[in-house]
Amino acid sequence: MGTITISDLTRIREEARYKTAVRMGAGRVKMTVHMGTCGIAAGAREIIKAVMREIEVRHLSDVIVTNAGCAGECSQEPVMTMEVEGEPGSVRYAALTPEKVKKIFDSHVVKGEVVKEFVLIHRGAKTHS
Amino acid sequence: MAYRTYLMVCAGTGCVANQSLAIKDKLIEEIRKQGLEDEVGVVTTGCNGFCAVGPLMVVQPDGIFYQLLKEADIPRLVQEHFLKGRPVKQLMYTPTNSKIPIPRMAQIPFFADQVPVVLRNRGIINPENIEEYIARGGYEALAKVLTSMTPEDVIQEIKSSGLRGRGGGGFPTGIKWEACRKMPGDVRYVVCNADEGDPGAFMDRSTIESDPHAVLEGMLIGAYAVGSSHGYVYIRNEYPIALERLKIALKAAQDAGLLGKNILGKGLDFDITIARGAGAFVCGESTALMASIEGRPGEPRAKYVHAVEKGLWDKPTCLNNVETWANVPQIIVHGAQWFNGIGTGDVSGDPWGGSKGTKVFSLSGKVNNTGLIEVPMGISLRKIIYDIGGGIKDGKKFKAVQTGGPSGGFIPESLLDLPVDYEELTKVGSMMGSGGMVVADENNCMVDMAKYFLAFTQTESCGKCVPCREGTKRMLDILEKITVGEGTEEDLVLLEELSSMVVESSLCALGGSAPNPVLTTLKYFREEYEAHVKDKKCPGHSCRKLIEYKIDPVACVEKGHGCHVCAKNCPDGAIVGETKQAHTIDLTKCGKCGICYDVCKFDAISVE
Repeated sequence: MGTITISDLTRIREEARYKTAVRMGAGRVKMTVHMGTCGIAAGAREIIKAVMREIEVRHLSDVIVTNAGCAGECSQEPVMTMEVEGEPGSVRYAALTPEKVKKIFDSHVVKGEVVKEFVLIHRGAKTHS
Repeated sequence: MAYRTYLMVCAGTGCVANQSLAIKDKLIEEIRKQGLEDEVGVVTTGCNGFCAVGPLMVVQPDGIFYQLLKEADIPRLVQEHFLKGRPVKQLMYTPTNSKIPIPRMAQIPFFADQVPVVLRNRGIINPENIEEYIARGGYEALAKVLTSMTPEDVIQEIKSSGLRGRGGGGFPTGIKWEACRKMPGDVRYVVCNADEGDPGAFMDRSTIESDPHAVLEGMLIGAYAVGSSHGYVYIRNEYPIALERLKIALKAAQDAGLLGKNILGKGLDFDITIARGAGAFVCGESTALMASIEGRPGEPRAKYVHAVEKGLWDKPTCLNNVETWANVPQIIVHGAQWFNGIGTGDVSGDPWGGSKGTKVFSLSGKVNNTGLIEVPMGISLRKIIYDIGGGIKDGKKFKAVQTGGPSGGFIPESLLDLPVDYEELTKVGSMMGSGGMVVADENNCMVDMAKYFLAFTQTESCGKCVPCREGTKRMLDILEKITVGEGTEEDLVLLEELSSMVVESSLCALGGSAPNPVLTTLKYFREEYEAHVKDKKCPGHSCRKLIEYKIDPVACVEKGHGCHVCAKNCPDGAIVGETKQAHTIDLTKCGKCGICYDVCKFDAISVE
């Protein structure tokens, strides 16, 4: 590694920010991709990989993704539940494809705008807009 | 691409001894089989502290805690949780007397009340990778010190924080550093005491296994503050994993230029040498430790002249415990006020006026949750034993807790609401010590426990001074007599006299505190001594010569139908009986092991 300078200390810390966030379970945005046998059959593994790709390509260090079991919406899979710090409740997106994941990142993760066309359930949302 | 999930596998000595590294290898193999190697990363970390349920693992970012893992569990675990997203309940923590698992580590009572400061990186980083330490803010304190603080500023900060020696002495660290700096001369040494000889204590071992760089960073800051360019870590040889991790950390720090010359380009020169102990408890005493580093026999000397004035090779030496050093970077980063906010008392006027910060304890003995904990000073013993420790094993009754290692005293039930604090513990005849906490239940004999700890200190006495060498030996002889039923009332009087004499006239703290277990058990459990001496009975049913096992013939026949299980398990062949008939124990053959009592399913065997 060679001799470290003070700016190296900061750089190493910054470069590892995402890794540290995942290990601490801390993230502004928490995405949960639902697996289970049905989810995997419907393509959930590609979705989780697509999410990981978006995080990397956009150099995001405040988005963590994990998996969970079947959410019960088997006919609408792949399904992903998303929680954002500061936004009440959670959003469940369904019938996902890697392209839809990209749109969700562009719109909801970056700009805070829910992609209504993909939403299955929006818990905590106001009932009238 | 970064991993989405991390498996933090505990690789502290306890878990490694239970095959956690084989489990790690199996995890990697199964992850590859399921095609998850780009998604799930496996990291070996230092000790998580919950040693009673190892081998263990934490899944992040979910914070899910898995315990008592076996290699055979891994294929199903990987498929169910990491592939299909269904956490495995059977491998989660379930409290005693409950069937409902607690999946998240933060909600498990053992962890919920802890405040990790010294152990902030445990279970989160791979201790053998310096970059992971840096990623968690490591060496930031050193950078702050070297760029914006003078040595005097650092000393003032440590003084204001109220940090006191964690090795047991509780001496205000800032005052020690200040005194060392003021000494004349150019050469000073900084020493880390990692000898940790107390039986049952593993705070320092765990700290070094989980986060060795925290100790090195603390020593660097201390070296800058006192003006030292060389330091030693004296580590006991019986800690191979800790020693290995320390060596790796040292080399990594040296390679990164964080030890050596012109550190961080700020002109500080400092390097560290590791010195290994050779198996003597007394070498945990500071003057004996320094003698050992110098190559002389490990014997203490009188402390009219303190180590800060004349220590290693007669030069001013600042010697502190592992845990004390590990607190330093956090105090620099968060400030003295923050540290002041944790703990008891007020140190603004009197440095001994309070116990600030946290303390690491190794909780062992008859509690459900044995392991390593870090709690704020001022927490009650009751909370530690019942909330964190999960109460007494097998539903038995609490009898006493020993704090402070073999030189600590026993604290009875009536004092359990005592806050953990240097002065409070000393007031009742015990001490903080380095952090060992051993819990005894109704089946422990207090005389036997006092004897056990005195036997340890007696063996470890270096022999230099008569009171310790001869006094502890005679005390041990008396305790032996008492536990085999040959003690007299005069023996108890002599025991007390000897205890005071040894405490008052021993040269060092080994002798000075060796009688503490005896003194506190005589104070709080005198009735047990009297039962041994007057009635020749052992109330804790522990001293073999004084107990008798008996089979109740009625229960044996009516409930057990003479099942013969006790006889089959008796190693002395002392039980006779035919099936369906009452069995009896031949007391001339009985070795008092208690196995029959443990295996009888019908409560037909009793002990008096």
